[in-house]
Amino acid sequence: MRVPLDWLSEYCAPALSATELAAALALTGTEVERVEHHGVATPDGFVVGHVLEATKHPDADRLRVCVVEIGDGEPRQIVCGAPNVAAGLTVAVAQPGSVMPDGTRLKKAKLRGQESHGMILSERELAISAEHDGIMVLPGTPAPGTPLAEVIPIGTDVLVLEITPNRPDCLGIYGVAREVHAATGAPLAPEPWAEDPGSLGPLAGVEITNAAGPELNPRFTARIFGGVRVGPSPIWLKARLMAAGMRPISNVVDITNYVMLVTGQPMHAFDLDRVAGRRLNVRRARAGETVETLDGQARTLDPDIVLIEDADGPTSIAGVMGGARSEVSETTSTVLAEVATWNGPNIHETALKLALNSEAASRNAKGLAPEQTLWAQALATRMFRELTGATVSPGTLDLGGDGPAPAKIALRTARIAALLGTEVPRERAAEVLDALGFTTAATPEGLAVTVPPVRRTDVTREVDLIEEIARLAVLGDLPATLPRRSGSGALSARQRLRRRAADLLAGAGLSEVVGWSFAAPDQNARLRLADPAVTLANPMSADHSRLRTTLLGSVLDVAAHNRAQGAERIAIFEMGAVYRPERIAPRAEDVHALALLTGPVRTPTWREPAPPPADVFAAKGVAEVLLDGLGIAWELVPGQALATLHPTRSAVVQVNGHRVGFLAEVHPEVAAAWDLGPGPVAVAAINLDALALPETRQARDLTSFPSLREDLAVVLPDTVSAAELLAVIGAAAGPLLHSADVFDVYRDSARLGAGRYSVAVRLHFRASDRTLTNEEVAVKRGRIIAAVADQLEGTIRA
Amino acid sequence: MIDAITELRDAGLARIAAAQTSAELEQLRIALLGRKAELPNLLRGVAELPPEQRGPVGRAANEARGALEAALETAGARIAAAELEARLLSDRIDITLPADPLPRPGRLHLLTQVRREIEDVFIGLGFRIEEGPEIESVYFNFDALNHDPTHPARLESDTFYLSELPGAPEEMAGRLLLRTHTSPMQVRAMLATPPPIAIIVPGRVYRRDSDVTHTPQFHQIEGLVVAEDITLADLKGTLLAFSRAIFGPDREIRLRPHFFPFTEPSVEVDVSCFNCDHGRLADDSRCPLCKGTTWIEILGAGMVDPNVLGHVTANGYDPERHQGFAFGMGIERIAMLKHGIGDLRLLYDNDLRFLEQF
Repeated sequence: MRVPLDWLSEYCAPALSATELAAALALTGTEVERVEHHGVATPDGFVVGHVLEATKHPDADRLRVCVVEIGDGEPRQIVCGAPNVAAGLTVAVAQPGSVMPDGTRLKKAKLRGQESHGMILSERELAISAEHDGIMVLPGTPAPGTPLAEVIPIGTDVLVLEITPNRPDCLGIYGVAREVHAATGAPLAPEPWAEDPGSLGPLAGVEITNAAGPELNPRFTARIFGGVRVGPSPIWLKARLMAAGMRPISNVVDITNYVMLVTGQPMHAFDLDRVAGRRLNVRRARAGETVETLDGQARTLDPDIVLIEDADGPTSIAGVMGGARSEVSETTSTVLAEVATWNGPNIHETALKLALNSEAASRNAKGLAPEQTLWAQALATRMFRELTGATVSPGTLDLGGDGPAPAKIALRTARIAALLGTEVPRERAAEVLDALGFTTAATPEGLAVTVPPVRRTDVTREVDLIEEIARLAVLGDLPATLPRRSGSGALSARQRLRRRAADLLAGAGLSEVVGWSFAAPDQNARLRLADPAVTLANPMSADHSRLRTTLLGSVLDVAAHNRAQGAERIAIFEMGAVYRPERIAPRAEDVHALALLTGPVRTPTWREPAPPPADVFAAKGVAEVLLDGLGIAWELVPGQALATLHPTRSAVVQVNGHRVGFLAEVHPEVAAAWDLGPGPVAVAAINLDALALPETRQARDLTSFPSLREDLAVVLPDTVSAAELLAVIGAAAGPLLHSADVFDVYRDSARLGAGRYSVAVRLHFRASDRTLTNEEVAVKRGRIIAAVADQLEGTIRA
Repeated sequence: MIDAITELRDAGLARIAAAQTSAELEQLRIALLGRKAELPNLLRGVAELPPEQRGPVGRAANEARGALEAALETAGARIAAAELEARLLSDRIDITLPADPLPRPGRLHLLTQVRREIEDVFIGLGFRIEEGPEIESVYFNFDALNHDPTHPARLESDTFYLSELPGAPEEMAGRLLLRTHTSPMQVRAMLATPPPIAIIVPGRVYRRDSDVTHTPQFHQIEGLVVAEDITLADLKGTLLAFSRAIFGPDREIRLRPHFFPFTEPSVEVDVSCFNCDHGRLADDSRCPLCKGTTWIEILGAGMVDPNVLGHVTANGYDPERHQGFAFGMGIERIAMLKHGIGDLRLLYDNDLRFLEQF
């Protein structure tokens, strides 16, 4: 919303600069996007001139050499290219040294040998309109030398406001003036529509019906103006429209725009002689129906769009844009002025669907008060009479009438203090509300308040009144206190687990990334998965049309991005939600952690220029850091955990027998599809919401008695895994075995026999109540050797 | 005899003094004092001498052996010191070569760092942390938050809706959407916890918007405090404490009136600029952060609208008796302000060169 200050000051003129006023508004609830300047920046050098002579330039057919009196008795020679310049005209002159709206500074010039001491100005050169076919002829008979700014508006500051959806009353300049009045205390002029030269009662000459119903069209009003002379608007009107961001067109159209800008209420002028059958009907459009709008475009409509039709069919899109067929033209003499209230959200949707963001549509989309229609009719009637010579037909067509009676609200002084935390005396509260157009009367507890119609939807309760008082009388110097309560803040167990998990992974050298929740429809296929996904009805792009069911896609995306940027070694993890249709629930979605390593397992150095590539054992290292770090016991079940993964370098991670994740290398073809590889891409994933932090641990005695160490090298068939060996050892050794760790693996078919390999295991035995003897351990060792031979066909290597 | 001993002693001492290595010295020890050496042999022969000579010769031989042993020990120490010195010298390396690096810790994403920083401030102020579903119902995202049935935020142009999803639980009846703010958890949390309540809700939210300062997915932190006596002044005090913790101890805040459907009164909160002096940088150019205004908008807030409390009366909230404040801030916005990031999308590009600087 653009508010030219010279226009605003007709209604309310606080003694503040534009910047100060902007600050005052910003701090009382009116968002000021910026302060702009329209027209000339300083009025110096712009004066009224009388053309004394205008003769043809001796050396140029299109130029005239003029002699212009500018008040000091020393007429200046000015060369002018306009066809309409002539002796006797009163014109606008810019003297050398003056600065034009576009920033150029005028200088004395010579045009084809003739000196020119300034410029005779067109409307466009002063940013008053787009008119540039000739020079501007000033109205009235101002004396030469009069500063131009005293005769016509040539420059003004403009506040560009962002009006919040609850304040459609501020979509008109008078509404803003009321806000300025309340914010600054400067006096407010009477409403410019207070005196209505027209009349209410039945209107003859047109028939109007509303088939769309009061929900879509709460009020429709119309007046008829006869004897309209269409022509250009006066300069002051054009200048105001331009400063407010609208192009002047003709007096009739300009009046409708001016009225909208003052009242906030859009209106439309039909050429009544071009309204077929002299009747209008409001109805929903039929599917596929088209209408040609004022901008010359054919628009295709649907049944959610409301249109206005005459006897020949659709003539305009209700509340959004008029039609070409009944448009006002130079030959129009009878105008039907339509001012109607529409359903805000319906208009919003229509404007979006048709990509038509007219000033009218944006206002109607906010849902205006039905009372505003008659404000607009009253102001329009005065302007049609004054500016087009029209006579107004008696009566006003009115379908719908005023809105519901304004609310009356009891406002308690004590409640204000209780909610805001600071006292506001009743007198101050009344002062604020009166300034905003509310009516107040004192009561024992506070005030009885009547709401004005334009605030009907926004102010319905006591708390809404307290907001008005807060913004205008309290926020500026509100004290800062802390709540009187004794709560204790803490992370939940789930949140602590997540924080620890992230810290463990980062501490192990993985960097966290944050990917998109969105996924492309083919992502699951690329991952060789067939999980059903949650899909969006209205995605922003096809690539983001569903929600991820795994973090694999987003982490592979990030890895691919960084590889493309030249990163050789990538070690990352993401911790984020995954979305599964069967898990839609009031609780938050499951959070997974997924780590990816590819490239060298360690950063290469001069001592180790080529570390081995990160493979499935790096993934296993991640699982260990994470789960052991969290203190959670887990086991690994070899096998392809997902089709995404390498079939033989993959394992499921289980906790308490339940699958909680996997560790693996990504299937080489999947890695290749992300432009990763040819080396392995290691991944480890855990569903953090399937884990729980362990119970508080009780201390065990691990230090009072020493442990005994035994190393054992076992030759086994290839088919026996290290895990199976350790399981057999554990079962055979019993509780005195404290730990068993593989420390060497050795293959040599010549020495060990075909299909056999050697595993070296370090065993620690200990008891918590005594020092073990070598004899005790020797017994255990014997049992282990027997069990390994018996159950695994293992032999001890000497 | 004594002369021979003296001669042996003096010759031995000279050779010991000349020895350069511990190996050489060891050979000398064997040659001078070993089983086959002359001096010990002389001593063994003392018993065969006439009695009057035994004393003097024995003494002389013992003295000579003692002198040689002492000289060997001294020389041994001298040579060991020299050899150590030589070894240490030969140990010299180029210490300016790169280190053997320990595994470098990774970094938490900036969004995680900032979220934790904010969470910790509010934990200190006595808030609990709640989380809620990103897939929400229209009821919790809009209806219960006092959004007019025709509020434009409900439109498909602004909000992501899900395609039909059979089998959603009854509580999630109706059309499902991606929550547009963390505010639905206000209602969910009050349904779960009777008054008083003080929570923050960090989480991921979605809006159909994409440019330099908007991504369709972003993160918010919601705050909610409801009891019998929570005032707008308490909101200001809480957010002042927050702003000073995050942006520095000298910060001030101001509350500007605004409009949100679920708070009344509603405010936007500005923090005094931490980047400039009265809107100007050191080179007198206009501060790009506050655009010369000395204030930076950081979040929206307000007093919980009684209509919102009306949705949770079953759990003991009485709109006439209970009141409180709510606020919501964008984690990305705080991160961008604090770290001077101009383009929000950098946070989602996940370029490790960018992420690992924080």
